[in-house]
Amino acid sequence: MSEMDDMDDGSGIIKKFMFLNRKAPHGTVYALEGLEVVLITAAFDQDVSMVFTDDGVYQLIKGVDTKGIEVKDFSRTYRALEGYDIEKLYVDQKSMDARGLTEEDLIVDVTVLSVDEMANLMAEQDVVISF
Amino acid sequence: MPMVNIAGKEVEVDEEGYLVDLSQWNEDIAKYMAVEEKVDLTDSHWEVVNFLREYYAEYQIAPAVRVLTKAIGKKLGPEKGNNKYLYELFPYGPAKQACKIAGLPKPTGCI
Repeated sequence: MSEMDDMDDGSGIIKKFMFLNRKAPHGTVYALEGLEVVLITAAFDQDVSMVFTDDGVYQLIKGVDTKGIEVKDFSRTYRALEGYDIEKLYVDQKSMDARGLTEEDLIVDVTVLSVDEMANLMAEQDVVISF
Repeated sequence: MPMVNIAGKEVEVDEEGYLVDLSQWNEDIAKYMAVEEKVDLTDSHWEVVNFLREYYAEYQIAPAVRVLTKAIGKKLGPEKGNNKYLYELFPYGPAKQACKIAGLPKPTGCI
């Protein structure tokens, strides 16, 4: 059967990967490391989406100046994701509301999802990786 | 990390020869890196090197080769945005070699 042949060496299988970002951009290394993992995953032609929830929504905030804490401002790197064909970016409505943020405060175009919509999207995934 | 003397200036590089502090970059450093990589810099090479520096300034990362190829195609046209053209300029990997000459870190996901 051709379907079986295609699956022999595991190549050509596209899985749905969701990267869940829950932490503020700086103070821990999670956000930056998570972003690097996403950029590397992009090379393997998988179906990748990124979710920003809780303090993770701060990763996408506009107008960041990291000079005072002497670290690289990688917020602009989220704008490069499009070039890596990672275009599914979701944010959690409740997390945005709790922090007084709207889509206009963010550096990239996102889809805002309710808790229920987010739960459905997560249920569809093959792999969910949390940072 | 090792220090090298480039045109009379002490410059720090990592163990693979990439510039550590990209704010130190200048044309002398580019030329030095090109000699190290056995690349004879022409205007076509500079075009790619300068493109990479602009890309880094905008996005704060060195692009993967696939992304670089696509972005160059968009900006400079399809006759330049393809593997053949870029590998002719930088035989050991356009992302890897051109990034080194441009003073950028090794691209994320570069294996």
